[in-house]
Amino acid sequence: MPDKTMTEHDVVGELADGMTVGIGGWGSRRKPMSLVRAILRSDLKNLTIVSYGGPDIGLLAKSGKVSKLAYGFVSLDSIALEPHFRQARQAGGLEVLELDEGAFQLGLLAAAHRVPFYPCRAGLGSDMLKHNPELRTVKSPYDDGEELVAIPAMKLDVALIHMNRADAAGNGQFLGPDLYFDDLFAMAADRTFMSCEKIVATEDFLTEGSVHTLRIPRIFVDGVVEAPRGAHFTECPPDYPRDEAFQAEYAATARDPEAWDTFKARYIDAPSHEAYLAEVDAR
Amino acid sequence: MTSTTEATIDEIVVIALAEAFRGDGEILCNAIGTLPMCSGRLARATFEPDMVYTDGVSVLVANTLPVGVPDAPIVPEAYIPYRTVFDVVWSGRRHVVMGASQIDIWGNQNFAAIGDDYSKPKAQLLGMRGAPGNLINNTTSYWIPNHSKRVFVPKVDVVSGPGYDRMRELGAEASRFHEIRRVVTPLAALDFETDDNRMRLRSVHPGVSVDQVVENTGFELVIPDDVPESRLPSAEELSVLRNEIDPLGLRKGEFA
Repeated sequence: MPDKTMTEHDVVGELADGMTVGIGGWGSRRKPMSLVRAILRSDLKNLTIVSYGGPDIGLLAKSGKVSKLAYGFVSLDSIALEPHFRQARQAGGLEVLELDEGAFQLGLLAAAHRVPFYPCRAGLGSDMLKHNPELRTVKSPYDDGEELVAIPAMKLDVALIHMNRADAAGNGQFLGPDLYFDDLFAMAADRTFMSCEKIVATEDFLTEGSVHTLRIPRIFVDGVVEAPRGAHFTECPPDYPRDEAFQAEYAATARDPEAWDTFKARYIDAPSHEAYLAEVDAR
Repeated sequence: MTSTTEATIDEIVVIALAEAFRGDGEILCNAIGTLPMCSGRLARATFEPDMVYTDGVSVLVANTLPVGVPDAPIVPEAYIPYRTVFDVVWSGRRHVVMGASQIDIWGNQNFAAIGDDYSKPKAQLLGMRGAPGNLINNTTSYWIPNHSKRVFVPKVDVVSGPGYDRMRELGAEASRFHEIRRVVTPLAALDFETDDNRMRLRSVHPGVSVDQVVENTGFELVIPDDVPESRLPSAEELSVLRNEIDPLGLRKGEFA
């Protein structure tokens, strides 16, 4: 089997300005934060970010890396509204595709299946269509003739996901309560880079979880980054819960530019994931 | 033994919202928020025993689960990650309770954003979240802790969850799974059981006058000639709520 191990720095080297980047996880849960911070430290710009959004979207929007956002929601879970995302929206100038959160996965699924859209009812009657004029409806070709919303394929240049365990060949294992849609992100993307808490030998996967937890097959993965606590400050059960105190500190910086500068200098600009963890632990 | 005369307003509201689930049978009760969770769990513990509900993470629990007690023992009866939740939404076997930052006479709900310019909202709120899919696919009710003219408005800025006027425009077929069952506030229970599905005052909570509801609503509610009082919890309901479902009294936190 191939060895796909690489570093966060290597992953950023594979990205380019203007790319569409999907980010796995959900809200403030199992986000590939060490990869997100590597993007924040880079010169990359004009990215389109596709995500069930949490602090990944907040940080990337705050840092001016983003020209377009596609999301079903943006939330920190224990803090319902993501304050940095709110600021970016309220400042204007950000192009957004805001979908019903259930419909959102159909865009990923369509991209994964290489079809132009999947139909659904979500959006009929609401302002989802009005505020996203790129969305179209489609009439059923069968006798019912029903009109449905055609959720367009959200083709990704790159997907970034974070798993509890992976092997060097790119098979990924989730040990928490929910995979979310990380498999769809991987399948919707031309290339997927997966960070993980720990790289393990393939034959050791089943010591920690049943075969049902092996949900990311290596045919959809191009690079593997070992990043212990790589999802910090989002949760990554069973390895660790959300760092609520850190998240609260992050959220509070939205109200105070000086506090944000201090936060950014200390944590976001830390030159590596290891340096970041050292700063987190020194609090 | 607790007597019903001791019921506080939060408990009366929990009952008013629990009543929204009456008759639902074997469906997924997806009540979002502390007080709605109390209502859903109380309904199942008493008069809707066949309903299912989640632990808030990824399993359906067969036992009565207290709110806000993270290490409470659970008896899982099914695995229901988010992907399956969406499948259930689309199947229609679900009754969701959401909030609203704005709601109008037809039940159009906004929790997405405030302001006229969607590209630059005055206040970005939750976004669409699941509202468009919820309303068009399964039964929806609302718990609105702030009954005021700021929330009950003539026109919402953004329609995240469509109401009955939008459904009329769509036609009978496209809207056949749409139902807004109930709107519950600290003042009253409201519904849409009128000829043209405009919002109606269903009952006022004890100690609240009809005038008080009217004064705090920014549009003309349908007011029946006789507006009943919301019912009081039974002794059994109070006991289950206080001792099993919300022993920490977290429901009271929504009446700040």
